[in-house]
Amino acid sequence: MNYDWIIGLKSELFTTLIIVVLLLIKLGKGMRNGSLLQITQLLLLVNLALAFGWNGNGYLFGNMFQASQLFGFEKAILIAGVYLLILVNHQWLEKQEHLPEFLVLMLSALLGMQTMISSGNFLMLYLSLELATIPVAAMANFDLDKKRSSEAAMKMILSSALSSGILLMGISLLYGATGTISFEALPQALKADNGLHLLSLVMIFAAFAFKLSAVPFHLWTADVYEGSPMPVTAFLSVVSKGAVAFVLTSTFYRAFQPMFETWYQLLAIIGLITIIIGNLFAIRQDNIKRMLAFSSIAQVGFVLIGISANSPAGLASVIYFVLIYVFSNIAAFGVAAVIAAQTGSEQISDYKGLYANNKLLTWIMALALFSLAGIPPTAGFFGKFFLLTAGAVRADFWLVIIAALNMMVSLYYYLRVVRNMFNTETAQPTIAIPVTVKLGLYLCVAGILITGIAGWIYDYIAMLNR
Amino acid sequence: MLSATNIALIPLLPLLGFVLLSLFGKQLKPFAGVLATVLILVSAVLTGGAAWTYFFANGRVNDVYQTIIPLNIEWLRFNDQLSIQMGLLLDPISVMMLVVVTLISLMVHIYSNSYMHGEKRFATYFAYLQLFTFSMLGLVLATNIFQTYFFWELVGVSSFLLIGYYYDKPSAVAASKKAFIVTRFADLGFLIGILVLSFYGGSLDFQTLIQQLTTPHTPALDAANKASFLGVSALTWGLSLVFIGGAGKSALFPLHIWLPDAMEGPTPVSALIHAATMVVAGVYLVARLFPIYAISAPELLAAIGWVGAISAVIAALIACTQTDIKRVLAYSTMSQIGYMMFALGVSGYGGEAGLGFTASMFHLFTHALFKALLFLGAGAVIHAVHSNEMHDMGGLRKQMPITHISFLIACLAIAGVPPLSGFFSKEEILLAAYQNNTPIYWIALITSGLTAFYMFRLYFRIFWNKPHTGHAHEASAIMWLPLVLLAVGAAFAGLIPFGELVSSDGKALHSELHLSFSIAPVALGVFGILIAAWLYGKQNAKPASIQSSLGGLFQAVYHKLYIDELYLFLTKSVVFALIAKPAAWIDQHIINAAVNGSASITQKISSNIKTWQSGKVQEYGLYFLGGVIGLAVLVLYIW
Repeated sequence: MNYDWIIGLKSELFTTLIIVVLLLIKLGKGMRNGSLLQITQLLLLVNLALAFGWNGNGYLFGNMFQASQLFGFEKAILIAGVYLLILVNHQWLEKQEHLPEFLVLMLSALLGMQTMISSGNFLMLYLSLELATIPVAAMANFDLDKKRSSEAAMKMILSSALSSGILLMGISLLYGATGTISFEALPQALKADNGLHLLSLVMIFAAFAFKLSAVPFHLWTADVYEGSPMPVTAFLSVVSKGAVAFVLTSTFYRAFQPMFETWYQLLAIIGLITIIIGNLFAIRQDNIKRMLAFSSIAQVGFVLIGISANSPAGLASVIYFVLIYVFSNIAAFGVAAVIAAQTGSEQISDYKGLYANNKLLTWIMALALFSLAGIPPTAGFFGKFFLLTAGAVRADFWLVIIAALNMMVSLYYYLRVVRNMFNTETAQPTIAIPVTVKLGLYLCVAGILITGIAGWIYDYIAMLNR
Repeated sequence: MLSATNIALIPLLPLLGFVLLSLFGKQLKPFAGVLATVLILVSAVLTGGAAWTYFFANGRVNDVYQTIIPLNIEWLRFNDQLSIQMGLLLDPISVMMLVVVTLISLMVHIYSNSYMHGEKRFATYFAYLQLFTFSMLGLVLATNIFQTYFFWELVGVSSFLLIGYYYDKPSAVAASKKAFIVTRFADLGFLIGILVLSFYGGSLDFQTLIQQLTTPHTPALDAANKASFLGVSALTWGLSLVFIGGAGKSALFPLHIWLPDAMEGPTPVSALIHAATMVVAGVYLVARLFPIYAISAPELLAAIGWVGAISAVIAALIACTQTDIKRVLAYSTMSQIGYMMFALGVSGYGGEAGLGFTASMFHLFTHALFKALLFLGAGAVIHAVHSNEMHDMGGLRKQMPITHISFLIACLAIAGVPPLSGFFSKEEILLAAYQNNTPIYWIALITSGLTAFYMFRLYFRIFWNKPHTGHAHEASAIMWLPLVLLAVGAAFAGLIPFGELVSSDGKALHSELHLSFSIAPVALGVFGILIAAWLYGKQNAKPASIQSSLGGLFQAVYHKLYIDELYLFLTKSVVFALIAKPAAWIDQHIINAAVNGSASITQKISSNIKTWQSGKVQEYGLYFLGGVIGLAVLVLYIW
């Protein structure tokens, strides 16, 4: 008997196992929230190791599912993201009455993302995408006593239904026009000048752009991010976006390779618009959650520019950027969560005078924001530099110049938070940081500092890709 | 002495200091200053050994100074063609800069032990100082342009921390923010310039880049010359953008506005950052890429020369009107950097034509000594009278004799009085300008007269003018020791046969003094000093009456030619009106309307379901479909 499928599916199987364990605990006597979180963290660490190591290359289920070292690494980034999120949002999670359900939902979404990354076929991709979306909508509803939260969930489910419809339509068109929806077979069947093929490309791209909240498919983002609880917003803007960026890359680089000229232009234009609009919106935000959420739209624009390179270097720099982005953004969200848990405020103006009694929190936040803004020597700079270098390979300097100018614009709103924190006119009281949260923040800081300077990390990603 | 370990230790020791002081600052607080000073001292000794070996033993092969790379490890590998190294590069200019940076940093460290004594964040101060020194040394030793950029930014960040050291002082915070933002704009140009140069040169490595972009008719050079953007060749774009980066750090007109405000930092910091090291990074950068500028883009180099000359004269004019002594010194620095920059601008590559290059580096060296001395002396004065303003000073020569004499030596040096160091380097610059670009020569000559005037205006107002009434007394020995050492340097550094050591192509350049040529600048300098003595030697009404007779002209110069106001107008009225207002409109009318709309309806209508049916989600759907259709039309019919 052949047990290869266990190797290929190990990480997905383990995620399922965690879900089952959590369900059993829920059905049984139940458990204190603290212990439950500890068990989940431990199991996620095991899963991280599983996703990271012992990866082979191969196909399962008639090419529906593809395993490779690269995919393993991408999954590991997402699992690490979920792990860090659970750490830094410890305070909020511990207070939840329905914690097991929340964790099950989050892990189901993670499972969906994992299979999405490994999908070798559009049908598989569609199924996984739904699995990665619907539980998140339920998570968005978790502030049960707030109407905003329910509204966010409802809006999210309705909008994603629409995008799923468009995606399915695109896939159907593709199947109708070429007779196949397998990533392996599509490059031979697709033609760069066939109208039907182009239309399906646009539709499938639109669905991805919706998930990434690229402009003009981003309108749902404002309400959903605002209304959802902070951990869910972080999950949406960090883990979900990372997963979709990976999938977009592998879909375009493999299935749609013959239509490169078209999607290059799509990515370049949508990428630029997204960066500009995302930044312009982020400038105006006074709520830290909304500011981070809108700035994540701008960050996605940079990712699109990187993807447009259509080269191994492009792929590697996208993965590298997402890795860095996970560390930086979760650190920022984490600090915001700690502050919100203590003071109940998410307003940037309420950060005034934070430095006086909370030096650690302030420096972590400043570091995270510097990384997001792409200032050396933080990792964020290397991430953006590589994305732009990849994007510049076609010598489209307009693209690079506008993108680089926007790094300046983003500096404006990131620095505003920093300036508020270092304000000395008022002084915030000391904010207690639980040990778990501290651990999560330290891990993020280590990531922000090491990922950029340690050259072998990028090397490793590029090697996986070869 | 030139082994990789020895050279690597030079920047790594301050890094060690930074790590120790930032991790164990509380425990180490009483020893923070000593620890940091000792580390820098070791660094400086290593540098001294390396410089001696390089210049007088191993550096020269067949009478040409070689570029030695003791260490170059692959750091980040982008793809097979492009990888980024982290390494150590030794050539005449980097060794010379190493000497400058470690020497001045050592002096500032010693001085700070007394100057910052009793500060609450004593250890933090030294941690930042060590970080800055490390970054600056890393920048100097960089083997490739990316490494330069990396340390360039690190220098920026650490100077940002140092300028804002008194973070509870709003003006210090504002100044550090201004410095950060202005240099960020310039650095953005640098970054794009790096992308352009590396794209065409196919490498980030300095040696490869220079070789690729200076050898005639290599494919790289041809491609860079042929590709154009807005009618200017890609090579010129790349080099200009890199220069803009340098101009931002070096506070050249019109990117100089951050430098005077940056004087909010502690005074020793100004001596280190704003006199000797960071602000000359731009000059160093152009010198580093000098062959490319001189051989492949001579027109651009000429333009750089003009930028330098204009900065020199404008800053000198403004310096004549300021009353804050640190600001006078800040504008004087800007003016002297302008000198260095136009010296590069009028220079050619190789042989006799490279006189400007040598002169520029020579002036960088001597200026570091006398300007650091001036800042440290000013620090001692400020320490004694607790004010930056000239009118609180006067007559201090009796109370502070050591400071007085060393300050006088520095003033004579910067005014170009023979035989002090500034005379030699300035003569070389003027000679280079005279030979290559007469208009710049005249500007430089006038500026040197102005320099003598404003420096001695400063000197007389601090040490003479009126009898001193307060209780000021001489600085402690720890503070005057660096002053004396630097004064010795400022007096005699001009006797170094600099042309033998540093030249554009590594071959010795024999420069001689032409006595007849020196008459004009020296006479002008002495004239400037005499006018200053006449106006400010004793308290009198002449300066005030001259001010009022100049009227609007004086006011315009006093207000720094309204350049800050111009920037303010541009950012507030133009940029904000064009970008932020439309953005605000979109935000208010689309995003806020969406959010508020749903919120207000929630209040009005009790049923939740009705909220979701408020039409907004349909609207999102409409946009979504509109986007899909728009893209489809674009893809199917337009492309």
